[in-house]
Amino acid sequence: MSADADVEVLRREGRIVVVGASLAGLRAAETLRDKGFTGSLTMIGDEPYEPYDRPPLSKQALLGRARAEDTALPRRREIDAEWRLGVAAEGLDRQAKRVRLANRDTVPYDRLLITTGTRARPWIHPDEAALDGVFVLRTRDDSVRLDRKLAGSPSRVLVIGAGFTGSEVASACRERGLEVTVAERGPAPLVGALGGVIGAVADRLQRRKGVNLRCGISVTALEGDYAGRLRRAHLSDGSAIEAEVAVVSLGAIRNTDWLAGSGLAAGPRGIACDAGCRVFDVNGIVTDDIYAAGDVARSPHPLFDYQFLSLEHWGNAVEQAEIAAHNMICAGPDRRPHLWLPMFWSSQFGVNIKSVGVPSLGDQLVVAQGTLAEERFVAVYGYHGRVIAAASFDGAKWLGFYQQQIEAAAPFPPEYGTVDRRTETLEPVDPAFPDPHLPTHGPTVTLTGHSPSERRVEFVPSHA
Amino acid sequence: MRLVVDLNRCQGYAQCVFLAPDVFALHGDEALLFSPRFDEAQRDRVEEAAAACPVQAILVDYSDEPTRGAEPHVG
Amino acid sequence: MTPGTITAQITDYANRADPYPLYAELREQPVRREDDGTYLVSTYYEVRNLANDPRLSNDTRNRPPGYARVGHPAEETGLPPSFIFTDPPVHDRLRDTINRPFGPPHSPRFLDGLRADLATVVTELLDAFEGKDQVDIVEDFSYPLPVTAICKVLGVPREDEPRFHIWADALASSLDPRPGGDDGQEKAQRARQDMGAYLSDLIETKRRHPGPGILSALAPDMTPADLEATAVLLLVAGHETTVNAITNTTLTLLRHPDVLERFQKDPDLAVPLIEEVLRFEPPVQFVPWTTALADIDVAGTTIPKGSPVWLMLAAANRDPKRFEDPDRFDPDRKDNEHLGFYTGIHYCFGAPLARIELHAAVPELFRRVKFSGLLEDPPPYRTNAVLRGPRHLPVAIEGLTA
Ligand SMILES: Cc1cc2nc3c(=O)[nH]c(=O)nc-3n(C[C@H](O)[C@H](O)[C@H](O)COP(=O)(O)OP(=O)(O)OC[C@H]3O[C@@H](n4cnc5c(N)ncnc54)[C@H](O)[C@@H]3O)c2cc1C
Ligand code: HEM
Ligand code: SF4
Repeated sequence: MSADADVEVLRREGRIVVVGASLAGLRAAETLRDKGFTGSLTMIGDEPYEPYDRPPLSKQALLGRARAEDTALPRRREIDAEWRLGVAAEGLDRQAKRVRLANRDTVPYDRLLITTGTRARPWIHPDEAALDGVFVLRTRDDSVRLDRKLAGSPSRVLVIGAGFTGSEVASACRERGLEVTVAERGPAPLVGALGGVIGAVADRLQRRKGVNLRCGISVTALEGDYAGRLRRAHLSDGSAIEAEVAVVSLGAIRNTDWLAGSGLAAGPRGIACDAGCRVFDVNGIVTDDIYAAGDVARSPHPLFDYQFLSLEHWGNAVEQAEIAAHNMICAGPDRRPHLWLPMFWSSQFGVNIKSVGVPSLGDQLVVAQGTLAEERFVAVYGYHGRVIAAASFDGAKWLGFYQQQIEAAAPFPPEYGTVDRRTETLEPVDPAFPDPHLPTHGPTVTLTGHSPSERRVEFVPSHA
Repeated sequence: MRLVVDLNRCQGYAQCVFLAPDVFALHGDEALLFSPRFDEAQRDRVEEAAAACPVQAILVDYSDEPTRGAEPHVG
Repeated sequence: MTPGTITAQITDYANRADPYPLYAELREQPVRREDDGTYLVSTYYEVRNLANDPRLSNDTRNRPPGYARVGHPAEETGLPPSFIFTDPPVHDRLRDTINRPFGPPHSPRFLDGLRADLATVVTELLDAFEGKDQVDIVEDFSYPLPVTAICKVLGVPREDEPRFHIWADALASSLDPRPGGDDGQEKAQRARQDMGAYLSDLIETKRRHPGPGILSALAPDMTPADLEATAVLLLVAGHETTVNAITNTTLTLLRHPDVLERFQKDPDLAVPLIEEVLRFEPPVQFVPWTTALADIDVAGTTIPKGSPVWLMLAAANRDPKRFEDPDRFDPDRKDNEHLGFYTGIHYCFGAPLARIELHAAVPELFRRVKFSGLLEDPPPYRTNAVLRGPRHLPVAIEGLTA
């Protein structure tokens, strides 16, 4: 069937293949069926499990409130799919419209959806990464292993990287009564995502909860004992820390390797697609039969100067999957754009942290409600005189309001009075984001330029 | 039986925690933790909780069946 | 609609039994200015957004002189303002404190632990229907349960509960001015004094001999005056509202025999059904005490700073832009994000208690009682337009099962 073949035939008897059987893949499959797709549906996933939810892996699962094995996602509906689990897609032949699997099977498609997400960035030195006690956290299995290790009461846990996941792990460890050191190259935790002003609050929070927080420092090497067990980490200031466990939380790498040679605009920064989720080829020409959604995708957003955004956000995976599914089985004029406003949550040290918009784009910041000192506030970020983002600590009920302010490109700083305003006037400050050219540990929104086939790699970690 | 809470929607009203305290919990004043899996004994309470959520953020799936064909078939 | 008279029409008793046509008219102009500068907002998204808007205050002292300042000063009672009439940070501190012994994170199981007690009360109330062929759902069923529930929450000893029933009665009738003298106001005044005296004794006792209930738990952290204000707030906010919710559910079911029949076959329907009643016949019809802290643009109208704003929950709950076929009572409705308990930081504090009461009361009522029908439709309503509900709900019954 050619790309512009009759949509009705496609809906009735087309073959849709989804590569990446996780959150985005599942929600897309459900949407396809919901919208009346009755053809064949194949779900290919390299993990041996049915789709499960990742956010609990660093929260409930480490806090003893749920088992990582129990995180299978609830279904919105029956999807009647053929599941090919435990086998990776290894290649894509766009001419023949076939996905090649690791076991040499090929799976033909009329429409392909790529939702291969990301994987944890491993520790830079493979031999050190292989030490017993060195962990990353991305999958169910990772979480089970880490939980088991923590249950053995290690003398100290070293968390490398104080982004959201690293901070959540540190929080869970403290709650379990474990000694924790967090090493962060930036000046404060969460600095890449929320900036140094809010990072300073996270900094205080961590220290108050007993984390041994070491900012402005990198881990240079991990050292094992005679039996290959981690025993110490060396830091860039020349000091060393004894630790039995290291959790490497240096962000994620997009799973696009399997697309090498496919001619798609896919690289380490994700798969470029248009606002309708259609994937670009390397020439910047949009394909009509291949779509992408979720953590692996990057697409232009009108609210942010049409820059390509790549979002490692749960909500984005759900929304983009729904849009992609809709667009896959309808004719051009009925297609919808993915204009989701980025949104994120994290819970750590008993605080609910949420953000909406793209804080890292902000050039100014005001604390619109509450105070940083009480660790209960809403901070609003401005960009060129308009509201671009907001972040709250235990202030989730207010974010919907600021979301509308962002959508309306409301002027910044906000001039109106509100409840819980602690200062008469709002004096904007620099939100203190680190130099964007310096790698941060685990930013979750990345602005990846204007070019769909931009393949330059910015993160070249020589050491963490 | 499984559930997931869309924590972007969730505003920490904690209605679910009051109504099904074995399945939902607050961590601090506002952060919600939920058990992604629950059993028959909790079913009525979870149903009440999901209906009570002021922002309808709770997705519940009562089918206990493993998904058809979802067993790993490697190869 | 003649301008300037809409609030008068809303409060006009003639519209009490069925205010919904009036609300439908009101929605034609989502934001409506009254001659006195009050703004009425009646469409779903606008009400919801305003309730979540930090530029809207629940502290009526932000109104210019000359407007009603509900809740301030805390009138004759001499009690500090209850947190419903405050803004953050004061609001959040008070609410968090009172929530400590009441709900999560510190006491997630407190209310859940009352379920069994409330079930017993329901059983007793229904047992008393034995041998009758006619009952008044309000007097005989809806009215007693919420007072008992709040007494249990506060930790009032069982033997003192009857006194609370009398005080609650008096307070309710003062909220509901009837033509023919202010006998009610006097009674209410006396009730408040008696209740105040009783509570300060009780609080003193609890301080020395802690027992069950939130007063004991709060005694170390709050002044007696704050505690007393809290107890009064819970009684006032949680009594009449819940009575109306139970009564409205009964009334609505008896008006929809098809749903009733389904419900009797499938008791699980209680869950969505109760939520749908809260949308369809919300016990709190509107919130008339908010104030704009800044000029606020809403649906093409600017509400100027200082304006009193009424948020019309019952009108918003039937906005066709949000709810398909909104005047239909439909328990199968998906994502029923009704505004019956409000939304935002003032979201009803007692909502979980109200729901637990409703779940204790409604399924059991319809399981045990065989109804033959309403004896008066519409039933007589109380005069109160905000806390709207039937004064009596006489029904004919055929029998009672165990
Ligand atoms: C520990 C942790 C905590 C998180 N917490 C939050 C949070 O608090 N808030 C929030 O908003 N987000 C959070 N996230 C992010 C969120 O989980 C992701 O945004 C979401 O999982 C993205 O879904 P996805 O389907 O796009 O990708 P993924 O979930 O990454 O799924 C991709 C799937 O594709 C598979 N795959 C990859 N390559 C191949 C291949 N070649 N062949 C076959 N299959 C392949 C992968 O194994 C994986 O199963 C968290 C993530 C983690 C790991
Ligand atoms: C079905 C029954 C009930 C309904 C429909 C209801 C409805 C509401 C509404 C609409 C509000 C918002 C008012 C405003 O902010 O202006 C509110 C607030 C409140 N309610 Fe309820 N209520 C009910 C039962 C209860 C019960 C049982 C209690 C007490 C135990 C209670 C205590 C409160 C309190 C204390 C507030 C103030 C909350 C705040 O300002 O933060 N309510 N309720
Ligand atoms: S009731 Fe809904 S909004 Fe409230 S905590 Fe639970 S999920 Fe979140």
